[in-house]
Amino acid sequence: MQYTEIMVRYGELSTKGKNRKGFIDRLGSNVRKALHEFETVKIQANRDRLHVSLNGADSDAVMTRLKMVFGIQNFSPSIKVARTFEATAQTAEQMVREQLKPKMTFKVNTRRSDHEFPIDTNEMNTRLGGYILDQFPELTVDVHHPDLTIRVEIRGNGIFLTSEVVQGAGGLPVGTGGKGMLMLSGGIDSPVAGYLGMKRGVSMEMVHFFSPPYTSQQALAKAKELTGKLARYSGSIQFLQVPFTEIQETIKEKVPEGYLMTVQRRLMLRLTAALAIKRHGLAIFNGESLGQVASQTMESMLAINDVTTMPILRPVVSLDKTEIIKIAKDIDTYELSILPFEDCCTIFAPPSPKTKPNLERTRLYEARLDIDGLMQRALDGVQVSEIKAGEDFLNQQEDVFAELL
Amino acid sequence: MIYFDNSATTQALPEVLDTYRAVSDQFWGNPSSLHNFGESAWHLLEQSRAQIAKLLNVMPSEILFTSGGTEGDNWVVKGTAIEKRSFGKHLITTAIEHPAIQNSMEQLEQLGFDITYLPVDAHGQISVADLKAAIRPDTILVSVMAVNNEVGSIQPLKEVAEVLQDYPKIHFHIDAVQGIGKGIQSLIFNGRVDFVTFSGHKFHAPRGIGFIYAKQGRKIAPLLTGGGQERNLRSGTENLPAIAAMAKALRILLAKEAQSNAKEREIKQVISEHIKSFEHVTIFSEDTARFAPHILCFAIVGVRGETIVHAFEQHDIYISTTSACSSKKHLASSTLKAMNVAENVATSAVRVSLGDQNTVEEAHKFNQVFDQLYDEFRKITK
Repeated sequence: MQYTEIMVRYGELSTKGKNRKGFIDRLGSNVRKALHEFETVKIQANRDRLHVSLNGADSDAVMTRLKMVFGIQNFSPSIKVARTFEATAQTAEQMVREQLKPKMTFKVNTRRSDHEFPIDTNEMNTRLGGYILDQFPELTVDVHHPDLTIRVEIRGNGIFLTSEVVQGAGGLPVGTGGKGMLMLSGGIDSPVAGYLGMKRGVSMEMVHFFSPPYTSQQALAKAKELTGKLARYSGSIQFLQVPFTEIQETIKEKVPEGYLMTVQRRLMLRLTAALAIKRHGLAIFNGESLGQVASQTMESMLAINDVTTMPILRPVVSLDKTEIIKIAKDIDTYELSILPFEDCCTIFAPPSPKTKPNLERTRLYEARLDIDGLMQRALDGVQVSEIKAGEDFLNQQEDVFAELL
Repeated sequence: MIYFDNSATTQALPEVLDTYRAVSDQFWGNPSSLHNFGESAWHLLEQSRAQIAKLLNVMPSEILFTSGGTEGDNWVVKGTAIEKRSFGKHLITTAIEHPAIQNSMEQLEQLGFDITYLPVDAHGQISVADLKAAIRPDTILVSVMAVNNEVGSIQPLKEVAEVLQDYPKIHFHIDAVQGIGKGIQSLIFNGRVDFVTFSGHKFHAPRGIGFIYAKQGRKIAPLLTGGGQERNLRSGTENLPAIAAMAKALRILLAKEAQSNAKEREIKQVISEHIKSFEHVTIFSEDTARFAPHILCFAIVGVRGETIVHAFEQHDIYISTTSACSSKKHLASSTLKAMNVAENVATSAVRVSLGDQNTVEEAHKFNQVFDQLYDEFRKITK
């Protein structure tokens, strides 16, 4: 069904007192960004609702995008028809037909804000309900718990019909929560952590460590493509690639095998914290889930966390792997994440890393390294790029292939 | 030449063969190879899969490539049997399935599975009441073809789907080898279906390629084990040139679906309107929405199907006895038998099957030749 407009209801921000205006403005601009390619669309962010006038734009495509904007509780697509009973009845009939199920119950719910209109609320409910029953004799009316509610709003500029309530993404508008740095590897967990952070309004930047020649260009492309997936929730994302080869080689040379991973993670964290300070980030996000691997025991977290006082937020800390995978599938990062490219966490992974590293000893081993010099050279080599929603990096020949297909 | 045997196979389109050739020339790496060259083959494979998925409005991970319709049918039937054997050993199908289903079922029967064959009525359709009565607690699969390959009857797939809504554990398979591109996509992807079989060479792709749709979350055991291709469900190095060619053929097929169906239906009408007035002619493929637009099965009672096929062939017109698979075995059509058609009528049946390249002019030419042959057959039909 081709709708003419969409009414968007806000999520939690309805309760946010003084900040309300800031939230609404941000949501309005995020919706605008998400729908920018639909040229005819007009967006009006009011105090309690946001209205999207489609002016001919494809409503299904617009709704697909709206579903990815955080801060929206739900929305209802509606159709504007001429101010006559016949036009209302015809469209209502089509709405019912599209959602028809055996043994379905329904009701009509009319609101008349224009009291000049000759048919009043009760009359519209009865007449339209009767008309629908005539067309679909198998339906029954249930005013308390209907399967389908046809809402009719009679306004001065037309009659608006709606019957569907589509769930939005919930959460808070991206950008209302300040900036965070996500440590993005390429696995299943970190994109999910990034998504959950963004859902709480965080404007996320990606920090990715790469170690050529030990990690491939494909691994880097994979991290970028994952970023493109996450960017669908915010429009675009800054991607920071940090050269990590020298650090990994040095650690491998100077640190005992059992502590390789711990020291390596400390360096990653130091670099991320340094980048956060430089770029005005307020927190670090990662995909650690308690007890999942050696670096994710509480002892490890203590030994690694030791290098910074900046908050480290771990959105998936208490989720089981299966729960994380479910979210990864929902946000379409799973299939990418399982592509089998080595990332910098796996290449020098010792056969048996310490699951309970000792903090003092960790500090001692790390002191063997020229931390300042290593960090400086890595930070000097950081490359920043902006990645847009859905951008492709892995498949460089997409256009060539499209010609063939 | 007038080619009226499109249900047996179709001619690969030149632009489809261009793709086959270009992929064989340029992207012949193994999609499983780690290097760049293999990697781009892998991307082409996934892009082909994504295109097919998009055309059918399903997810890319729900498309699995096979060698064709026979493999797809074998896989879903036996793969379900293996996967779900601990839940039950009862499978339901129809009396008019393609031999790829029928013989797979028979093989399972020998292994101790229990098979119910649903009968069909005079229109070649099963009844939903029969299906309901056949379902048991140990039923694991219901397999129903979309369009019958011999007479073109369309099965009541929506109604079957509705019945199976109440049995969420039963696998629901549709053999859509004859049904793709025939205007019944919403019947096939009816919201309940779990597996669907497709074959490339029935829609102008090369031989030896096909795919199944397997709904997310539904499990079947692999029949081909090995290197782990197709998410470890169907091993064997991917036939990438044919896969890419098939993705293109499907795009072309669906782009002109409505137009082609209208034309096929018109050709079918022109022929059936003409021949129905002849005394010895019996038509099995009605001109209604219950039958596919592209298949016209009829008999000239008293003349063997084989004789009719060869007589037309003398005029450079190619039709078939009821299905290519059984035509060389001198068997009467099993579908017609299931429809309770008398043996002597069934052995006189032939099938005209149309494609989008056929024209109404060809139908008129066919009718002229028909008149002439009918006259010649008078000696034996008397």
